[in-house]
Amino acid sequence: MSAANRRSLWRGAGRLIVKRVGLALVTLLLVSAVIFTISGLLPGDAAQEVLGRGATPEQIAALRHEMGLDRPAPVRYAEWLADIVRGDPGQSLVANKPVADIISERLPNTLTLAALATLVSVPFAFLIGIASAVSRGRKLDRALNIATLSMVALPEFLVATIAVLVFAVELLWLPSITIVPKNPTFAEYVRAYAMPVMVLAVGVVAQLSRMIRAAIITELDRPYVEMALLKGVRPLRLIFRHVLPNAVGPIVNAMALSLSYLFGGAIIVETIFNYPGLASLMVNAVTSRDMPLLQACAMIFCAAYLLLVLIADTIAILANPRLRQA
Amino acid sequence: MKRGNLARAIRAFPWSGKLGLALVLFWITIALVGRLIAPYPSGAFVSYEVFAGASGKFWFGSDFLGRDVLSRLLVGAQFTVGLSAVAVTIAVALGTGFALTAAVGPRWLDELLSRAMDTLISIPSKIFALVLVAAFGSSILLLTLIVSITYVPGNFRIARSLAVGLARLDYVEVARARGEGRPYIALVEILPNMIRPLFADIGLRFVFIVLLLSGLSFLGLGLQPPDADLGSLVRENVNGLGEGALAILVPALAIASLTVGVNLLIDAATQGKVQ
Repeated sequence: MSAANRRSLWRGAGRLIVKRVGLALVTLLLVSAVIFTISGLLPGDAAQEVLGRGATPEQIAALRHEMGLDRPAPVRYAEWLADIVRGDPGQSLVANKPVADIISERLPNTLTLAALATLVSVPFAFLIGIASAVSRGRKLDRALNIATLSMVALPEFLVATIAVLVFAVELLWLPSITIVPKNPTFAEYVRAYAMPVMVLAVGVVAQLSRMIRAAIITELDRPYVEMALLKGVRPLRLIFRHVLPNAVGPIVNAMALSLSYLFGGAIIVETIFNYPGLASLMVNAVTSRDMPLLQACAMIFCAAYLLLVLIADTIAILANPRLRQA
Repeated sequence: MKRGNLARAIRAFPWSGKLGLALVLFWITIALVGRLIAPYPSGAFVSYEVFAGASGKFWFGSDFLGRDVLSRLLVGAQFTVGLSAVAVTIAVALGTGFALTAAVGPRWLDELLSRAMDTLISIPSKIFALVLVAAFGSSILLLTLIVSITYVPGNFRIARSLAVGLARLDYVEVARARGEGRPYIALVEILPNMIRPLFADIGLRFVFIVLLLSGLSFLGLGLQPPDADLGSLVRENVNGLGEGALAILVPALAIASLTVGVNLLIDAATQGKVQ
């Protein structure tokens, strides 16, 4: 392939990626409108909420004016959005601290938890996915299918309950609440994170391995695989050199989806293990109806989800020469 | 499907499918008769011992207030299965209804609906449900609506791709040429041919809804006392975790047996069709 030709291919990929980024930004904008409409406009009056039932109409009107609630909805939305983009989503109604401060305290914890869970899940998921794809239709595949099918349907709190019973109550190996000490040693770190990571990983491994299996099996049915087998390529080499590179697109997509599933799981896991992350913060915001905090948390989760999908799309485009051309 | 065919199909299930079917039938029965066969009233304090173990009098022991776990489980299962069934019906009716509208309606309507659903689907479902609960609260009616709305976009996506595929087929063209109206085409020509593939999606969504509903209740944001579904039972007995109380383990296992059962059943039912 000539250099000029190759350059035009990359330019095609670049244009496609820019288009995806634009689409993700538009989606995020629409998502923000949905979240603002549901949480900012529909429910009763925040001023009423703050003052309680005993407030006089004059007090409420004054506070409404002070909070800017008497202005038209589009104006409030625009201001809210501008604040969020600037990284200052306002004041938490309950904690009386800037939302940005609370979130910057909690966000790293959730990212750590998610990163560790990913680190643990991905190798297992590949192992299970590849093992069942290669033994398609045989006993091992059927057993793994039933195992992952069941794991997908388990509520996180059951997995957490059983993990606590086994490791904290019976064996006394691990603490039932996740407290990470300041400057932990490696052993302390592992002890603190072992259980929440384990519980999160169960669901992610199950989901991801099923999608990896499906992606590999789609490839295994293609003629080039038969060709490779006929010329005597060993099964492992076939999977790693021939099949996996071709299945990169669907597999990175599957990874993005199961990582976004991780956020949902984190809501339960952080609550059970009393872990000070963003997900448990969001649950508290719901309980105390702290709308600015809730909106900011929701926007972060949605942005993270869209970012994951965008990264997956980009990798899929870069990995697929035909898409690059488009 | 004729009855003979159904029986034959079930006999051809692998053991996992039969187990799934048995679990599903079991929970449907419990959902129908739970309250009637409960040995004690679900709110009654019947044991002086809290978190008691299993005994002849209390099969699954007692909970954190000395109530009978079995009775509360039977009533809780009615809430979990019943509300989820209603919610999945609403979700599928809306999702598939929009999908049919998109398939037979004008192009701009399809575009509009698809864009709207694409936006909603990029809000992770638990996050979406939390925002809705925060805004509207969680009375039984609202809770049911919230969990169903959360899963409308997912059903729409599946149903739309089925419906659009069918709308392009010749027999639908023929119906259009005959001068049939759009509602007739959607409901009489397209919908009946979508039902079977839709069933797998309905089952899957039922599982999601059960998990979301019990997840919300577990967080204290779902069903409010004195009503309690299976997720609430796990939550209220969470202090029994340290002693390995049946009161927390049994309801959690109950949810799992329901969701795993539905999953195994769908798996067996769809495998048979593919082969």
